[in-house]
Amino acid sequence: MPASRTPPLSVDQVVKSYRARGRDKVTAVDDVSFTIAPGAAVGLVGASGSGKSTLAKLITGSERPTRGSIRFGDVRVERLRAARLRRFHRQVQIVFQDPYGALNPLHTVAYTVMRPCQNFLGMSAADATRRMHELLETVGLTPASQFAAKLPHQLSGGQRQRVVIARALACEPQLIVADEPVSMLDVSLRAGVLKLLARLREERGLSLLYITHDLLSARVVTDEILVLNKGKVVERGNTKDVLQHPQDTYTVQLLDAVANPYAAAGESTR
Amino acid sequence: MVLLDARGVNVVYEPARGQRIWSVRDVDIALEQGEFVGLVGESGSGKTTLGFALTRMLRPPARLEGGEIHFDGVDISSLDGEQLRAQRRNGFALVLQSGMNALNPVRTVERHFGDIMRAHARPGEDGSRAQIRRRGAELLASVQLDADVLSRFAHELSGGMRQRVSIALVLSLDPRLIIFDEPTTALDVIVQRAVMQTIKDLQREKGFTALLISHDLGVVLDATDRVMVMYAGRIVEDQPSADLLRGPHHPYTEGLLSSYADPRADEVELGGIPGVPPDLSLAPAGCSFAPRCPLVEPICHEVDPPLTPLGAGSAACHVRASEVVAHAR
Repeated sequence: MPASRTPPLSVDQVVKSYRARGRDKVTAVDDVSFTIAPGAAVGLVGASGSGKSTLAKLITGSERPTRGSIRFGDVRVERLRAARLRRFHRQVQIVFQDPYGALNPLHTVAYTVMRPCQNFLGMSAADATRRMHELLETVGLTPASQFAAKLPHQLSGGQRQRVVIARALACEPQLIVADEPVSMLDVSLRAGVLKLLARLREERGLSLLYITHDLLSARVVTDEILVLNKGKVVERGNTKDVLQHPQDTYTVQLLDAVANPYAAAGESTR
Repeated sequence: MVLLDARGVNVVYEPARGQRIWSVRDVDIALEQGEFVGLVGESGSGKTTLGFALTRMLRPPARLEGGEIHFDGVDISSLDGEQLRAQRRNGFALVLQSGMNALNPVRTVERHFGDIMRAHARPGEDGSRAQIRRRGAELLASVQLDADVLSRFAHELSGGMRQRVSIALVLSLDPRLIIFDEPTTALDVIVQRAVMQTIKDLQREKGFTALLISHDLGVVLDATDRVMVMYAGRIVEDQPSADLLRGPHHPYTEGLLSSYADPRADEVELGGIPGVPPDLSLAPAGCSFAPRCPLVEPICHEVDPPLTPLGAGSAACHVRASEVVAHAR
């Protein structure tokens, strides 16, 4: 699939504030602008409460910005309602942090992955089954026939996250928003999921918004990163440049917080 | 002096009739007085179950099946009720991952200190409010919290502060051994680092023996003197932390280490370990890592390798053990 089919995403001066009764206004996202070029991978990094996940909700249309605009090609995301919002979700899919909570425990892998094929693409059951098998192979759940009949509790965390990714891919999205997709997985399984995301981007020309507090995985997956602190972008640029020459003290703090055995031993490179 | 000496510890879960899950298998652990040791393993490796077994916190369907656990010379594996409770003061304690959620939401922090101190009061301790406040403030200060936290409720504190409170509560009985089970995993990255620093400082200052259980080899190597690596219920490697980092002997440890890299390096390549951990309800034959192991040989599928001396510590691997023998010849 050519990358040119994917439109650019542009987030322009977006503000999101929440008002709680009896409390001051909380500005979760404060004047954030960025674009994701077709086929690019952009990382949003920051600690808890930096506004990363709020941005994900704004971009996928599940929340509306207080100010600013979000464009995906010609679509004004913040203006979408009902049926048009649903159509938009065919183009933009989200992969959540928690693969344990993102799958219905009562449905088989086959059902979970076939639903979007039938709902969004209007496929017949036979076609959807064929596509489900292809998708499971794509995400490395092979042999697909063996995984199709399984329920979520019969899978490991890494396998579940692969099912979540297969489901996200089912409706042929152009942008995937991955919100901490590996932070709940065992470290030995993370590399596999990260490699899968990188491969899908290459093969399908997908754009990727990768949200994380883990700078190591951001380095592996993204070309460009934005560092968020308290809703504001404090630093941005080429991922490698930003990590090698951080300018903002918050970025340095995040880098120091990476559990890195090599740094602990005073060997910064292997 | 060896403070905790556990031998042949086995824990099985029996969730239903006829179903047995071998969670911890034949584990020997000896912790020296004042030592800071890490126990690393991934989901389902049995590390938390082992921590519970060592502090006698196991509840059905988990059961300690054989093995001796000596704490300061006393076999605690068979203690019950009041004898076990007596050991909690000045004995062994456990800090949980979700310990920060273990605070009672309708009681102030001061009441939590009061409960513990009164339950374990010794003759001469009046358990007066003034005494509890004084001791509580002292303990809070040792985990870098202000004394005014005493009058707060859990919901008024951040996650990091709650975890600090739960550490202060554990310290209130002056334990000689503290097992920290993923004490920082539920916290934000930056807070995580600060809480780990506090744990390291406390350990150095108070000199208690610590066992840090974590899935994160990075966190463990940074804090501990020695690391034990657990896989599928067994200890597969045991090395001084610095040696483990320089050259692990078990291929599983190698795989774990390859999952880390410095994000600032010029080239970053992440390794990982293909496959998934074994089903612990099946009787194990051979080395449980064999199906995922890059070095696997026929013997690995037949005989479970014992933990043998390798490098500065020990590892359980046929291939690596035979390399050493071949080298010696």
